[in-house]
Amino acid sequence: MKKVLALATAVSAAAFAFAGPVDEAQAQSKELTLCWAAWDPANALVELSKDFTAQSGIDMKFEFVPWPNFADRMLNELNSGGKLCDLLIGDSQWIGGSAENGHYVKLNAFFDKEDISMDNFLPATVYAYSTWPKGSPNYWALPAMGDALGWVYRKDWFSRPELQADFKAKHGRDLAPPATWSELKEVAEFFQGREIDGKKVYGAAIFTERGSEGITMGATAALYSWGFEYQNPDKPYDMDGFVNSAAAVEALDFYKDLYKCCTPPGYTDSYMQEGLDAFKSGQVAMMMNWFAFFPGLYKDPVVGGERIGFFVNPGQKVEASTLGGQGISVVAYSDKQEEALEYIKWFAGADVQKKWWSLGGYAVHNAVVQDPGFEASAPFAADFLKAMSGVQDFWQEPAYAELMLAMQKRFHDYVVADQGTAQEAMDKLKEDWVEVFEDEGKL
Amino acid sequence: MAESTTRGIEKVAERAARATPPGMARRFSGLSDKAVAWLFIGPTLVLLLAINIFPLIWTVYLSFTNYKANRAARGYEFIGLRNYERVLTDSDIWQTLQVTAHFLIWTMTLQVILGFALAWLINKQFKGHGFWTTIILLPMMLSPAVVGNFWTFLYQPQIGLFNYVIAFFGGIEPSSFQMLGDVNLAPWAIVIVDTWMWTPYIMLICLAGLRSIPDYIYEAAEVDRASKWRQFWSITLPMVLPFLMLAVLFRVIENFKMFDLVVELTSGGPGSITELASINLKREAFEKWRTGYSSAFAIILFVTVFGVANIYVKALNKVKQR
Repeated sequence: MKKVLALATAVSAAAFAFAGPVDEAQAQSKELTLCWAAWDPANALVELSKDFTAQSGIDMKFEFVPWPNFADRMLNELNSGGKLCDLLIGDSQWIGGSAENGHYVKLNAFFDKEDISMDNFLPATVYAYSTWPKGSPNYWALPAMGDALGWVYRKDWFSRPELQADFKAKHGRDLAPPATWSELKEVAEFFQGREIDGKKVYGAAIFTERGSEGITMGATAALYSWGFEYQNPDKPYDMDGFVNSAAAVEALDFYKDLYKCCTPPGYTDSYMQEGLDAFKSGQVAMMMNWFAFFPGLYKDPVVGGERIGFFVNPGQKVEASTLGGQGISVVAYSDKQEEALEYIKWFAGADVQKKWWSLGGYAVHNAVVQDPGFEASAPFAADFLKAMSGVQDFWQEPAYAELMLAMQKRFHDYVVADQGTAQEAMDKLKEDWVEVFEDEGKL
Repeated sequence: MAESTTRGIEKVAERAARATPPGMARRFSGLSDKAVAWLFIGPTLVLLLAINIFPLIWTVYLSFTNYKANRAARGYEFIGLRNYERVLTDSDIWQTLQVTAHFLIWTMTLQVILGFALAWLINKQFKGHGFWTTIILLPMMLSPAVVGNFWTFLYQPQIGLFNYVIAFFGGIEPSSFQMLGDVNLAPWAIVIVDTWMWTPYIMLICLAGLRSIPDYIYEAAEVDRASKWRQFWSITLPMVLPFLMLAVLFRVIENFKMFDLVVELTSGGPGSITELASINLKREAFEKWRTGYSSAFAIILFVTVFGVANIYVKALNKVKQR
């Protein structure tokens, strides 16, 4: 018994002896949590951030949420004043609400102090990811990840002589990446139901997802090419004749036709991942998706490399692409704002931005995109630059979620569920948006 | 018999009194029975008030405002019955109520017929009935999220087993129809899955009802030369009916609130074809953050379910008294 007591005393003494230094070490170790969506570029950021830890001694923790739940999860976190995230790479559409509701720290003073100039970044990304009110020099984020909607196609299929001949006989031109949506539909129809290597394939994988933002992102890719405008450029929030213009109706009709004619069976609720699955499994000849996925696709051992090619969102009446991408912000509820700002300062550096691009992240720093070798640095780099020069984004208003869900409903009702006409869908959408802006006191 | 029972209770009470620590006994000695009763139920009541009653009252309060939970700093105004008026005149809300009604009517009809039939079969006590009872009960033991997920795969037009089975018997291409993506089939797809999952529940309660019918009633009926059909209508059905009605009450309340299973299957789509009232409510409250509006909608749903359930319980009591 005495031996047991002696042993227990020794163990206790040792525990007390070591408790002090361990606690001190824990207090000294700094840690930042960065929140983002769970996708390919997030893995690249983990790799990149190791340099920050090595340089600053601040450990990085990451909270990545799958895209379909990303907005729900993160907006709930912000709305509840949560301290989970010190840094947040949030969607561009959240910037209005996050700025007005005090979720993000305003970065102007910090940028001035650290000599970080927004002139060093692509203007379209500064406008979309950083400013609120739009276009004003009030910065709430640093452009972190440029992105736009683009297309990828099976180059190996397109180059087959028998398919080339067949397509030329039918359409009088070469089977090549389409320059317009009309051409895209012809190519998609050409592949739909065709047998390639003993397997039935389909025309195109496009966005049709209902729950979050999928069908809006997909259909607006067509709408923007038809010259869609959200409001009267001379009279903000005046939407009649813009949202429901004849061109918008025609574009939505076209998107529905494309969905009906040329997508795989059961493709009724599909977004990024479902598109990638369809493309990687060799089901479709073309896929609409975000440029963010293209580095990973190009490296894919089964469908990547020279088997695939990329093209920018086709024009129709104008050249335009749906904007993706995000800026990085400091969360106002974080207790570690100093360290978070230190991360942003490090991330804004030209060398870090170059490494970010080399790892698969879409840096939009001039040191990267204006480099003479940039366009040749990846097979999709030139298309990325072209897309970024004509991007358009959804509303970035504080009432973004209401505006988005209204569009999701009206588009899905018409395109997938065959409810009503395209004109009715756009008219109802305009009414929904008028109601939202009336509630907001902006109309 | 009664005397020995009373003596037994007294002994237990004496033992409990002896086992009570003197300190505690002193503390309670000055309290009346009523006070002790309040002491015991008090914490539960406080919890109930905090997590059930207060939120309900708060929801009623919010339903008269234009409050938005994601814009708390902006404040809010009282707008009277405006939210109720908007909910009741919103064609999209009425559509979700129609979808909910379709879902409720068909799931209940199918589950009652199949559940009763299965209970009747299982009650025959055939060889291996215990094994089959366990197998039949399995679906209701699964999580709705799991069920939704694997039925999504079963319904997949290109690789789904459901499509292959229908194609085999129907002589059609498996990918020629899509249960979850077709406007006409999707409402039935969710009915099928809910029926698959919850018929065992109805069966279980019906089985309890069937087993509670004493054999001598059937024996008396046999003596009176009542046919099997007559026995079913005059004995089995009336005696199982209270059980069946109770099961239906539970299922109607549950299915009125149905959310997880349908979200996993269709997210309310295609379009809004399977958007039940609860899915719409969640979108309004936690995606659009129209807190005042969604509170009004929630109160309307609550009053509807509460009212219908009360009428139903009265009918149930009448059936039991017969």
